[in-house]
Amino acid sequence: MFKKLNILCKSAFSALLILSLYPSKVLSDWDALNMTEGVTQVSRDVFELHMLIFYICVAIGAVVFSVMFYSLFRYTKKRNPNPSTFHESTKLELAWTVVPFLILIAMAVPASKTLTEIYDDEEGEINIQVVGYQWKWEYKYLEDDINFFSNLSTDQDEIYNLVPKGENYLLEVDEPLIIPVDTRVRFLITANDVIHSWWVPDFAIKQDAIPGFINTAWTRAEETGIYRGNCTELCGKNHGFMPVVVKVVEKDEYNDWVLAKKEEAIKLAELTEKEWSLDELTDRGEGVYQKNCVACHQMNGEGLPPIFPALAGSDIVMFDKDRNVEILMEGVQGAAMQSFANQLSEVDMAAVITYTRQAWGNAENGDGEYVVPSDIVEYKKPKI
Amino acid sequence: MSSVIESHHDDHHHGPAKGLMRWLLTTNHKDIGTLYLWFSFAMFLIGGAMAMVIRAELFQPGMQIVEPEFYNQMLTLHGLIMVFGAVMPAFVGLANWLVPMMVGAPDMALPRLNNLSFWLLPFAFGILLSSLFMEGGAPNFGWTFYAPLSTTYAPPSVTFFIFSVHIMGASSIMGSINVIVTIMNMRAPGMDLMKMPLFVWSWLITAYLLIAVMPVLAGAVTMMLMDIHFGTSFFNAAGGGDPVLFQHIFWFFGHPEVYIMILPAFGIVSHIIETFSRKQLFGYSSMVWAMLSIAILSFVVWAHHMFTVGMPLAAELFFMWATMLIAVPTGVKVFNWVATMFKGSITYETPMLFAISFVVLFTIGGFSGLMLAIVPADFQYHDTYFVVAHFHYVLVPGSIFSIMAAVYYWIPKWTGNMYDERLGRLHFWLSFVGVNVTFFPQHWIGLAGMPRRYPDYALQFADWNMVSTAGAFLFGASQILFLFIVLKTVMGGKKATRQVWEGARGLEWLVESPAPYHTFSTPPKVN
Repeated sequence: MFKKLNILCKSAFSALLILSLYPSKVLSDWDALNMTEGVTQVSRDVFELHMLIFYICVAIGAVVFSVMFYSLFRYTKKRNPNPSTFHESTKLELAWTVVPFLILIAMAVPASKTLTEIYDDEEGEINIQVVGYQWKWEYKYLEDDINFFSNLSTDQDEIYNLVPKGENYLLEVDEPLIIPVDTRVRFLITANDVIHSWWVPDFAIKQDAIPGFINTAWTRAEETGIYRGNCTELCGKNHGFMPVVVKVVEKDEYNDWVLAKKEEAIKLAELTEKEWSLDELTDRGEGVYQKNCVACHQMNGEGLPPIFPALAGSDIVMFDKDRNVEILMEGVQGAAMQSFANQLSEVDMAAVITYTRQAWGNAENGDGEYVVPSDIVEYKKPKI
Repeated sequence: MSSVIESHHDDHHHGPAKGLMRWLLTTNHKDIGTLYLWFSFAMFLIGGAMAMVIRAELFQPGMQIVEPEFYNQMLTLHGLIMVFGAVMPAFVGLANWLVPMMVGAPDMALPRLNNLSFWLLPFAFGILLSSLFMEGGAPNFGWTFYAPLSTTYAPPSVTFFIFSVHIMGASSIMGSINVIVTIMNMRAPGMDLMKMPLFVWSWLITAYLLIAVMPVLAGAVTMMLMDIHFGTSFFNAAGGGDPVLFQHIFWFFGHPEVYIMILPAFGIVSHIIETFSRKQLFGYSSMVWAMLSIAILSFVVWAHHMFTVGMPLAAELFFMWATMLIAVPTGVKVFNWVATMFKGSITYETPMLFAISFVVLFTIGGFSGLMLAIVPADFQYHDTYFVVAHFHYVLVPGSIFSIMAAVYYWIPKWTGNMYDERLGRLHFWLSFVGVNVTFFPQHWIGLAGMPRRYPDYALQFADWNMVSTAGAFLFGASQILFLFIVLKTVMGGKKATRQVWEGARGLEWLVESPAPYHTFSTPPKVN
């Protein structure tokens, strides 16, 4: 008896201890457990709608459950041995059909209004095409002819628990989307392979990126800052590893960034002209490989057969330079391998092919031929 | 009618055959019901083990025990097995056991078809599970298998998946035909449609839904098969097809499917609440009408699963309003259950505990469903853990609690023995705590922004994922107790009376416990 009581007290005490210590951390950021209010008019409207419906549900729940629990305590067999015999009431049944219907109308009106605002499909001051790939995003600024890819920048070692995880674990990219504050930006969202979905909670935008279709969304961010989101449609193995990061900056800063981006493009073109040595190409190629290829073909080049074939010891990578270039440029029809023609510059393309032809003993066992940027330029020239 | 009965007089008292052949060749509705229920329980454990893999991986951020490819296979198979292998066969098993006894029929109308529709299932799931051992692994595109991830980008095992779905569909359609024919033709004299027990009503409606939508699912997977192997482009935009078409077809099946998994639960819970409140069910006819309107509405709300695919404004508004409308008949059902308890004379046996928590937790799932119907808010909720929390609330403490309630409620009739009430209540409380600890925090992590189908997540979601995993293991472990309780009841226990429960009504309580191998060879008269 005492032993039981003792155990009971001990467990109650430890439960209290856990409750008092543990959630103090959690409760302090209770807001972090709710939907974000975001930084646009639309996101605030959505948040208010969410809270309104939530409170209506809580109110209905409170009424229904209090009647129910009252009945459960008051009308037990002990307290009410003789049950009543009523089993219908047209008035009551009519009431609880009509009243919920009216409540629903009260919900539908603001919801329909907000939705209509969201669906306003005017062109933006800036128009950006967002393209989903397995497993990264491409951003094309349609007016300024800028485009780049945005890859997860979290280290594989963090993911596999070899080093401590950073603050923005899985929510960080090598190059974020940059847009100016207080500007209407329209997104034209599509995909290259499977369906993805582009979500930025702080803008209340979630639109599916569907191959062959273009969906639109728009925003007008009111505060500068970095806003993080995710891909929200299962798109294969690395669905959880292709975050969306948007940096909202002052208009001046944005203009400077656009200029810098354009200069960068000119410099890249110069790089293509340069004479490249094998070592330079292999070094550069390793970086390109880590960013674009490891997800499928793995760091050791073994791939994940049969869907993602091995590059180490592959006949094409060791002996067939032309086919090697062709696969990178065109992709493989009906397989997971996509075309990288628009994703990599000529330099990076040559570098990554060279790297794979050098790494993992491929050069020793194969013909050791390598690819220079001018080969890619040559390939891209229209064939007559 | 009477001449038919006399010509079969010799067969009246023969018992079951002996050994394995009894189960392979049986045409007896009770045997087939038992087979369905055990099969469903086996699938529940297999699908549950996969859920444990998922939750174990999500215990902490970072990849720990499985790789993302395998994680995707687990979440796909978990969904498919729980929907098609656990919940649906359990309800078919209950229908087999109960519908003939409840309508006063000697058996299902088409006993051999009944045998076939059960024995297709082990093959369907054998094929599906064998894909785990194939090159490239099992299907990894989610139980919703959206194209083109499930066509152009699928592992080779997708073809086996397609055939497995075809076989499941064939089994479901045959089962449904059987239920409808039985209910329409074999009711005891005097049992009008509006006198049928609600479980029978719920299954009649469910069976029609199944016949309407299973061929649609079969169409979807056949189109996939053509795209993969025969060069068509139904879902391939590059060939002039439309990936969104897949989603429309899938959800035209998928939404009625959701109600297929909850309507029989409504029937079960109505019987149990009535029995343990010792008071006639409030609003029988409005219950029937509510189920009918839910079933009809289920055909015009499918695109609420697709609010983010970029439909035109008019379509979004239509599907939002239609979806909100479902709250009305669902509300009517909940109010009727509460009104049945009001001024009743209530006791709390295990089936009643499960039924009460069904009402509360299913209603919570209904509320989050209503929130999800609001399109602008859905843009934030869609494909996050908020959705995961929502559908697990209606499926686990909804459908699955109702199945457990049904097992406790009718097992004395099936076995002739009472289950151990003390253990039953323990099982209930462990499951109740487990389910809420698992799924309630998922509302929060979803609202805070964690997408579903993620093998790994950002650090701010870590605490509640850990809690959720702890709850999942508690829930999983308590189902071993359930298995033990059921086995213990089958082996022995206090003998059950015919009536079993003081307040129970219905024809099944007029036969002995355990119910004889053949019941109602002569139809009873219903007043």
